[in-house]
Amino acid sequence: MGMTMTQKILAAHAGLEYVEAGQLIEADLDLVLGNDITSPVAIHEIEKMKVEGVFDKDKIALVPDHFVPNKDIKSAQHCKCVREFAMKNNITNYFEVGQMGIEHALLPEKGLTVAGDVIIGADSHTCTYGAVGAFSTGVGSTDMAAGMATGKAWFKVPGAIKFVLKNKPAKWISGKDIILHIIGMIGVDGALYKSMEFVGDGISYLTMDDRFTIANMAIEAGGKNGIFPVDDLCLEYIRQHSNREPVVYSADEDAVYDQTIEIDLSSLKPTVAYPHLPENTKTIDEAVKDDIVIDQVVIGSCTNGRMDDLRIAAKILKGKQVAKGIRLIVIPGTQQIYLNAIKEGLVQTFVECGGVVSTPTCGPCLGGYMGILAENERCVSTTNRNFVGRMGHITSEIYLASPAVAAASAITGKLTGPENI
Amino acid sequence: MKNAKGTVIKYKDNVDTDVIIPARYLNSSDPKELAAHCMEDIDKDFVNNVKPGDIIVAGKNFGCGSSREHAPIAIKACGVSCVIAETFARIFYRNSINIGLPIIECPEAAKAIDAGDEVEIDFDSGLIKDITKNTEYKGQPFPAFMQKIIDCEGLVNYINSGK
Repeated sequence: MGMTMTQKILAAHAGLEYVEAGQLIEADLDLVLGNDITSPVAIHEIEKMKVEGVFDKDKIALVPDHFVPNKDIKSAQHCKCVREFAMKNNITNYFEVGQMGIEHALLPEKGLTVAGDVIIGADSHTCTYGAVGAFSTGVGSTDMAAGMATGKAWFKVPGAIKFVLKNKPAKWISGKDIILHIIGMIGVDGALYKSMEFVGDGISYLTMDDRFTIANMAIEAGGKNGIFPVDDLCLEYIRQHSNREPVVYSADEDAVYDQTIEIDLSSLKPTVAYPHLPENTKTIDEAVKDDIVIDQVVIGSCTNGRMDDLRIAAKILKGKQVAKGIRLIVIPGTQQIYLNAIKEGLVQTFVECGGVVSTPTCGPCLGGYMGILAENERCVSTTNRNFVGRMGHITSEIYLASPAVAAASAITGKLTGPENI
Repeated sequence: MKNAKGTVIKYKDNVDTDVIIPARYLNSSDPKELAAHCMEDIDKDFVNNVKPGDIIVAGKNFGCGSSREHAPIAIKACGVSCVIAETFARIFYRNSINIGLPIIECPEAAKAIDAGDEVEIDFDSGLIKDITKNTEYKGQPFPAFMQKIIDCEGLVNYINSGK
């Protein structure tokens, strides 16, 4: 019986020839990640452990990104705690506010995540790095602490669902539409405890940014990880960003999957998730009939704050104006993306059309700051969750969408598809 | 491991970590402060009504969403002795074990037990007893490896114990 791509990576990191779904293993870690919310709890835990320092100062990444630049005194205290720990332990990959980015946009860009890695992060969207062929998964702060101390973590080897992505995506279809379509189909616990392994000829049409978006939201289907095969585009991305050598794994031909789901990308339509779960999806042509009047648009986050996302949004917004009374908030994912967006004139487009551009931060996505919603307000957002109260008041509503839909909606002040601009 | 016994507070499917402890309170990691806001976005009476030993019973995918360990920390700090659910989101499951909040998966029990029932759980056997209804359910006991972590009252002590 063969192994899935995920199982092969886990086996190799556990020093085993073979693993199967359900087996408990202990795996060596290539990277342990934390942010300004989860790291202080982990630092508190590691201080209770009978260990000297960390297992490897080069294999830990500390990225204050959720509430930075510090939104209030308490978050400033948290960031101070992370900074002091990083300095004390001489952590190589600590990113101060001027070098930072939203963690899952930043780490691949910095070349810290490459194919074949096993990565844990105290942030649920750590699954993003499956786009570069790594096994990466979200954990909590105590797991992060144990990972920083020992360089190891325990895992239950996951079973998998195989998603066969077929054909060239239809016009306007981005990674966000594909993953929202999938979550709408299988539900927010449709891949609970499992790997989501993406294969098929359709992948060759997806940019790396599309793949990051898809892997990023595996957790919104309950998945343990999402993972893509390592093709030439992926290897080229890794070579451009990292001096580390990727290790390429691929699923055995006789790998066992719990389920196989085929998706014809050419038949997809832009897709939106209605409040208050990412599985409440509608295609945009259906959604426009609901005449959803909005108050705010957010374009950014670890899901959709990359260059492709900003480019498509700017293309739609160029020469147009944001509707009266609508707040458009654009948040580039990293300082490098910010700089590139300035160089390409995208920032100018956003400002000229009536939007604001923030420095990189998770900010409004989790209701931190930089765009909190008032009572009964509605937001079209390129972020990843639309739970009750996620972006502000418990009566506020979030409609999850692609950057193209978000940009189009900012112009009309209603949930709108890019075709209609 | 000590049995849990208490009165049931019941929730539906997909209770996410944003409602267990909203991010606007994540500028603190103090268990008492977190406990003061536990569940407030779906049940503002929870913190006033919850008593030490109470048991949360919920539907599918309890604890979905963010990896914030603050969620099980807040529930534990409220005095909740156990969470029973049809299924748990995987990060919440790990976090609960790692911080020593007892949780148990049992679809039958999660469906049948009602709010206000008196329930007792034997973690060694996975047996869930609804004292009010005089019914019993067999929950999923922890694998031996996780039992060791729980016996040590969390991952930190487990690592320190060198087992």
